[in-house]
Amino acid sequence: MATIEIAGVAVERDPEGFLVHTGQWTPEIAAEIAGESGISELTPRHWRAVEFMRERYLTTGTAPSIRSLGKESGVPIKELYQLFPKGPAKLAAKIGGIPKPRGCI
Amino acid sequence: MTQLLDEIEHEHEATPEPLQKVCIVVSKGSLEGIYPALIMANGARMEGIDADLFFTFFGLDAIRKDRQGKIRVATVGNPGMHLPTIVGVIPGMSWLATKMMGGQMEKLDIPPIGEFIELIHDSGGGIYACQATVEMFELAEDDFVPQLDGILTVGEFYELSAGAQIIFT
Repeated sequence: MATIEIAGVAVERDPEGFLVHTGQWTPEIAAEIAGESGISELTPRHWRAVEFMRERYLTTGTAPSIRSLGKESGVPIKELYQLFPKGPAKLAAKIGGIPKPRGCI
Repeated sequence: MTQLLDEIEHEHEATPEPLQKVCIVVSKGSLEGIYPALIMANGARMEGIDADLFFTFFGLDAIRKDRQGKIRVATVGNPGMHLPTIVGVIPGMSWLATKMMGGQMEKLDIPPIGEFIELIHDSGGGIYACQATVEMFELAEDDFVPQLDGILTVGEFYELSAGAQIIFT
């Protein structure tokens, strides 16, 4: 657990870099985390996936599977992997300030 | 001596290199023979690890157009089912067990095999068939689902697996 200042806010992050408190998230923090993960610019397509993950987590309490991210977010699987080459569900969750998805699918 | 011990200790402390690539061989054609490999391949892609699937022998059923939708749980010769063999042989048992498991899997958001192969393929995972088996069963590229990336000899498979961990299921 480490407290780091991102975009002017002191946020707590777990060892993998996920925010510990979802409430601390801001779009500026999202851009910073994206940059760390090798995504230099968050395009509207990135945002669509990130917002879908975040919304789903905030309403259901769990992050969606990659299957529903691909089917329901409006961003198909192929494009998701182009946008987030190191794992769309994991990265979109990290950028969206929600915990790492725990599911196997 | 102390230096040597220090070195050994140091080796233990070094974090192992993260996995870069897995090649998973699927050799069985039952539901419980196919799904673990698909879950592992998809799981690898979700972590940003490269993954290729190589289907051989009855594992080929998972990517055959005519068989993909007919994959069943083995109710005979499968002690994990905890079914007396005599019950397992009753016609329809395998169908019933498959249907029950399918319902459970859908609840967990695990896709049916066809959709799962498509998901892995769209995620950048390679889908390959074993040439020896294709010849043995007298099949052609046309017999496979469109996600097939190629029919490989074992030599080509090893070439493809350079630097990867090979997992046999």
